[in-house]
Amino acid sequence: MSTLLLLTLTGFGLGAMYFLIASGLSLIYGLMGVLNFAHGAFISVGAYATWWTEAHLFSGVHSEVLRFLLAALMGLVIGGVFAALVELVLIRPLYNRHIDQVLVTVGLQLAFVALLVGIWGPDAKSFVVPPWLHETTTVAGARIPNDRWVEIATAAVVLGLLQLFLRKTRYGLIIRAGVENRSMVQALGIDVRKAFTLVFAIGGIAAAVAGVLSGVYFNVVGPDQGTSLLIFAFIVVVIGGLGSIGGSAVAAMVVALTQQYTNYYASSGIGDMVVVLLLGVVLLARPRGFAGAVVGARA
Amino acid sequence: MTRRALAGNWIVPLCVFGALAVVPELHVTIPKLFDQSISSPGTLQLLGACVLYGALALTYDLQFGYTGLLSFGHALYIAIGVYLSNIAITDWHWHFWKAVLFTMGVAFVLAIVLGFVSLRVGGIAFAMVTLAFAQAGAVLALKDPHHWTHGEEGLGADYTKLPHAFVGIFNTKNLYWLALAFLALVFFVVRWSVESSPGRVWQAIRENEQRVEVLGMRPHLFKLQAFVLSSTLAAAGGIVYMLLYSGSSLDVTQPNFTLTLLLMVVIGGAGSRWGAVLGGILYWYLHDRLIAVGSSSTVNGLPHALRTPLEQPLFLLGAIFILIVFFLPGGIAGIAARGRPSGLRRLQESIRPEPSLTAPQEDA
Repeated sequence: MSTLLLLTLTGFGLGAMYFLIASGLSLIYGLMGVLNFAHGAFISVGAYATWWTEAHLFSGVHSEVLRFLLAALMGLVIGGVFAALVELVLIRPLYNRHIDQVLVTVGLQLAFVALLVGIWGPDAKSFVVPPWLHETTTVAGARIPNDRWVEIATAAVVLGLLQLFLRKTRYGLIIRAGVENRSMVQALGIDVRKAFTLVFAIGGIAAAVAGVLSGVYFNVVGPDQGTSLLIFAFIVVVIGGLGSIGGSAVAAMVVALTQQYTNYYASSGIGDMVVVLLLGVVLLARPRGFAGAVVGARA
Repeated sequence: MTRRALAGNWIVPLCVFGALAVVPELHVTIPKLFDQSISSPGTLQLLGACVLYGALALTYDLQFGYTGLLSFGHALYIAIGVYLSNIAITDWHWHFWKAVLFTMGVAFVLAIVLGFVSLRVGGIAFAMVTLAFAQAGAVLALKDPHHWTHGEEGLGADYTKLPHAFVGIFNTKNLYWLALAFLALVFFVVRWSVESSPGRVWQAIRENEQRVEVLGMRPHLFKLQAFVLSSTLAAAGGIVYMLLYSGSSLDVTQPNFTLTLLLMVVIGGAGSRWGAVLGGILYWYLHDRLIAVGSSSTVNGLPHALRTPLEQPLFLLGAIFILIVFFLPGGIAGIAARGRPSGLRRLQESIRPEPSLTAPQEDA
């Protein structure tokens, strides 16, 4: 029983990261029709910026918790700015050339990983976090590492904020309308391009949060970490339905829990295969994902 | 067939492949371009790999450039060629030709099954699904549940079971010729298939899938044909790869391997046979040589901030690739055929979502 609880909470922790990555991917695709491969780079930017600023910029701060929080905040800011710049410099000039936009993000992702390897080497760096995160809390006999709570809570807060932003603000309204029917929004005289940059920045921040959390979860930051998380986020996006935040959240948990349970109860690696199998089954049964309306219709 | 068509159809390719075939007999040294004499095993190994990458890029171009299928999982089929043939020979002690036949059969059936499932979705979703299947293959090769692939160690081929002509450093030129023969095979198969009637439907699907459907044809079946042909050829290329490197390693299973092929095709020119081949050859040559440039004395004299990116070939190639997408759509082949819309250009025009409403607004 305690093992099951540990697996479930660990699965939720992993699912939290999947959700943070998938939500940005899903919004960007829903609004702009761009499959953003560079999202892996956004994850790495968040993780490396946090890791670097913690050791260099904030090394004078004595409180470990404060130092980590400041560094993480820097990670998010840099991640958001980087993503917005990518949209402005690389994506915007190729407006309406969807395949080219995908290609550019692929090139950026490959070049960026190579740059990380060039600057900090191919080996993973250990990620310093407040020691409390590595202690455990005993719940119903199960010893749960504390970082799982932080991951789950962060994802829940981001989900809440995103929903609030999408439902209660004017830009949220434009983004939701744009996901439904972009040409109609444009025909009403609204400049959707500002929303594009905004969506990229939001996606970049969410991915940077995932990057910081992945550093906490795995204890290290490495150049390939972003890419491997990205692949499962893609699966989550397809299963959840492109353009749907709620769908992403549910699918992230389904995928992560399936992975955790089968990796433990069957054998390591089988979980990854089962997730792919799940994707195949979902596609055969519901080619549009659980909540999506537009898979494949756009491109 | 007119004389001109005959020249274009047979004489030019045969001259090119013929010229490439005499390369191992050239006992000359070209400074800067190659470290050693052209006929030395080291250079021939590099050239053989270049030619093989040209062929693999062409198999990818068959789906991407000609049919408009953006797959991120092509590496899966190459990996099946690389690994399954080697597993059958080294782990199961099969005869070489039996292993080759078995591998091709498995790749063919798997391409049909996975192609059938993944082609249920189109466009970007297809890209993600193929990526997911390839990732499953990569995990399987890494975790190695049956102790066949030897995970991260890689699996060296049992050379006693391989044809003797392809074993040993003195036979490197045979491997080069094998890679070249494979390139010629792929080249003529791709040309024959895209000029056949199903091949014309593939290109019509790339241009406008809805119109094909309205004409009463089923795009799904035609896309599956192109997918299966391309994937089966890729598996055959994987077997050549296994012979060239006399073993299997995890690189070929990685998602990045497919992305590399995509880079090659786009740099050379999607939807163009010579473009894809040239892209593959050039990419692999640069990938190999840029490492040498990175460690050269000129680069070592540069300040640290400049030197770091120059030492990473993938960074430079990624940057070149982005520049080509921006400023040279149609790739290298696009320069040769200015004015004629390239395959990629037609491809993206065909999938533009709402051209009538968005285009005029953007100009304003």
